[in-house]
Order: sequence, then structure tokens, then C-alpha cells
Amino acid sequence: MLAPPLAWLLVVYVGSLVLLVAGAFFSLDEFTGKVTSQTTLSNLDEAFTEPAYWSLVARSIGVAALVTAICLAIALPVAFYVAKIAGPRAKRALIVAMLLPLWSGYLVKAFGLRAIVEPGSGGRDGGLLASLTGWSPGFGYPAVIATLAYLWFPYMLLAVHAGFERLPDTLVDASSDLGAGSLRTFRSVIVPVLVPSIAAGSIFTFSLSLGDYITVKIVGGTAQMIGNIIERALLAPNQPLAAAFTLWPIGIMVAYLWTMGRLGAFENL
Amino acid sequence: MRLSRTARVALRAATWAVLGLLYLPLLLVFILSFNSARSLAWPPRGFTTHWWATFLDVESARAALWSSGRIAFVAMALAVVLGTMLSFALQRHDFFGKAPISLLAALPIALPGIVTGVALRNTFVRFGWDLGFLSVVAGHATFCIVVAHNNVVARLRRISPNLREASADLGATPRQTFGLVTWPLIRSAVFAGAILAFALSFDEVVVTTFTAGAGTSTLPQWILNNFSRPNVLPYVTVVATLMLVVSLPVAWLAQRLSEGSRD
Repeated sequence: MLAPPLAWLLVVYVGSLVLLVAGAFFSLDEFTGKVTSQTTLSNLDEAFTEPAYWSLVARSIGVAALVTAICLAIALPVAFYVAKIAGPRAKRALIVAMLLPLWSGYLVKAFGLRAIVEPGSGGRDGGLLASLTGWSPGFGYPAVIATLAYLWFPYMLLAVHAGFERLPDTLVDASSDLGAGSLRTFRSVIVPVLVPSIAAGSIFTFSLSLGDYITVKIVGGTAQMIGNIIERALLAPNQPLAAAFTLWPIGIMVAYLWTMGRLGAFENL
Repeated sequence: MRLSRTARVALRAATWAVLGLLYLPLLLVFILSFNSARSLAWPPRGFTTHWWATFLDVESARAALWSSGRIAFVAMALAVVLGTMLSFALQRHDFFGKAPISLLAALPIALPGIVTGVALRNTFVRFGWDLGFLSVVAGHATFCIVVAHNNVVARLRRISPNLREASADLGATPRQTFGLVTWPLIRSAVFAGAILAFALSFDEVVVTTFTAGAGTSTLPQWILNNFSRPNVLPYVTVVATLMLVVSLPVAWLAQRLSEGSRD
């Protein structure tokens, strides 16, 4: 039972990841553009010591962190309402309604956001936002962050909602009986119970944002993230350099997964 | 729970506002697919069904639709078989290394798609396999396994082991127990996993970009290649809307199926 799926995941997937990391150590023949059997550290050197790439990586982490924070800030009140206040029928309907967009197509949604933030330049009319309010953030980092938050919000909502479902109402009531205000209750009772769920949800919002490069292409204008330089290196084509660049997201995600694992995220995936 | 009336009303309003915002961009794409102008500008210039009537004449879109469907179908079939097997193995037995395997089963969706895509491309190129239909299917199956597995394992956790034991006590062979007891109980979860795997594959773009050769183009890739071309833009809105009207009811059906036996 276990052998075929495990073989697939280990051989095809983990095997590929291992080969990818190993691939970063090979050099490229400058004339043929083919990967040679010569080992080198120059790809790693370029990917990890160039200050320009550092700031790009820092920006990507910043975008992913902001997206996660926005998703969390919106998911907390909404999940609270759905889990604790809405009636049983409304609850189920709301959960399904909020999860459905998750399956409605990544590109469709990114494209929809493009239609909203389209700034309208060079004599062309703007999109929905520019037309209704006269203002639009245009294509750039703000649009990228908004789009990514829109795309991955359901993951955070689902995780936080599951956390609220596990929080007994009596705990909150007991806290207020003991004289805690709503802020104190939130900080000392609700948040500690929710931490593993938030950690689980943040894995999706953070990881999916960190590696994204398509949204950047659609609404980012001149913005660049890690994914874009990986793609550029790959199309150059410089497979070893692209492999070296992927060590950035792999390293960041391993550290992130480890931290979230410590917070109890994996019992809540 | 005790909560002031103001707080209740505010939370309720916020929830419905968020729900509205979630569907606004989808609605916008739908409306713009009937726009007579070749732009995303608001408000639409006029109403036309021309793009809907003629999008099948766009050769490249038709080819992309066909290859998307084929890829999603094969990836789904592979993922359902492998994902279900994995669920049974992980749910029924305790063994050394079970925890890392559970983590491994989450990895393909926890790591950014671009890592998976670049890694698989690297492997395929290294071993001289042609990039095309099969390499895209292999890439999609890798993360679709996770969805299928999640659905089935969640159902298996809710099924009491007593049922299987009772079946065995009554003299059923393991095969009969599976056919008469286990399968009817997990059937809807397997179908739900299959539907979601299909939807996920049909929609995927990052892994596809890296594992597809020059000759293979899926519907999402077609959108990506054409969204900035004013001439093709109206057809992009049509194709995007088409993906919406197909995927939303299908995802809803999957939700219903996976809830199925809870009632």
C-alpha cells in the first residue's frame, strides 16, 4: 500500500529536490549553453553574495510577511463571526462560499485584480478602481500584495476558523467573568489557543507568496521577486544558476516550516 | 457567547463585506467578457456576445483547452490512486518513520510551486525525458496526490475501526470488507478528492510552465501568454469566465461530497 505513493514522492519529488540542490554546483559551458560535469561554487557565489539579490530576497520576504499579516488581520474577525456567532446553516454556507474562490482559478483571480487596479495610461481609460474613485495604486508592489492576499486569504480563513472551532465558548466567558476586558481576553485566552492554527495557515500564505512570480507579472509592473529571477535564469538558459537561486526559497521555507512546526502547525494542517 | 450587539453587527457586516470582496473580481471578469471594447477599462463600452460566439475559432485556445483537459484527467487518475493508497497506509498502521512521511505528503504544496517546477524540470532534462504531456502530468500528479490524500485520510479518521472488525467477525474476507464496508464509506471522499485534484491541475500554471516543453500549452498558460495582447484580450476574459463557470459548481459539488457522511 505504502510503496507506490512513497516511491513517487521520494523518487520523483524528493529525488528531484536533491538533484536540484546538487545541480547548483555545476558549471555552464559558455559556448554551448549546456551544463558541464565540472563543479563550481560560482553559481552559489553569484546567488548569495550579490547585494542586489539580497535586497530582492528581503523584498520578497517582506511581501510574503505583509500578505500573511493582511490575511490574518482579515481572517480573525471573519473566522470569529463564522465560528462563534453565525447560526449553523449560515456557518456552513459561509464556509463553502469563502472556500469556493480557492478553486476558481489562480489566473482568473489575478486577472480580475488586474481589471480592478488597471491605472489607465496613455489615453486609455482605467479599471474599476480608477473609474469609481479616481485613484488606483497602479501596477507595482501594492497591487502585488493586494492580489496575493486576495488569492491566499481562504487558506488563512480555513485554518483560523478551525482554531476557533476548537476554542470552547466557556473559556471566553470565564475570562470575562474573571474581569478581563475583550482585549485582555483576546490576548491571554484566544490568541494562545489559535497560535497553532495561525501558524498552519501562515505556511500557505507565506510560502505561496514567497515563490510567486506570475502575479508579479500580471499586476506587478516593474516589480521583481525571487521567482522572477529564477525564471529569468532558467530561460537564459542557465539551469545551474536557477538552481542556486532556488536555494533561497528552499532555505527560507525550511526555516519557516521548522519555526511553525515548533508552534504546533503540523497538528493543524 | 456574550457579546455586545454593536460588536455582533460590526462582525456580521465585516464578514459579508469580505465575502463580497472575494467575489467582486470574479464578477468583474464575467461582466468584462461581454464588453464590446478590447480593454479592461471600466465601465464597459457596450454589450456583445461576439467573443463568446467566436472564441472556439481561436485555434490556440481550443488546443489549450483540449490539452488542459487531458492533462488534468490523467494527473487526477494517478493522484487518486496513489493518494488513496497513501491514506490507507498512514491511517491503518503505526510504523517507524510515519511522522516524516506525513510531513513529506504535505511538502509538495508547502514548498513554493516554482521550486517544485524547477526541480522537476531539472530532473527531466537531466535524464533526457522530453518535456511535454507526460512531464506536465508527472508534475501535476505530485501535488494532486496531496489533495487526494487529504480528503481520503480525513474520512478514514472518522470511520470507526469497529466496523471493519465487525465485518471480519461476521466472516467477511478482507476483500469483501473493503467492497461492502470501507469503500461505500470512503467513496464520496475519493470522488471529492478526484474533483479537487482535477480542478487543481486544470488551474495550475507555475509547475506547468517549467515542465511543459515548447509544444504543450494549457489553458492557464494560454491566458498568461495573451493577457497583455489587446487583440486577444476579450477572448482571455471569455476563457477566464469559462474556467469560473466550470470550476465553481464543480468545487461546490466536491465540498458537498466530502461533507457527505457527516450527517
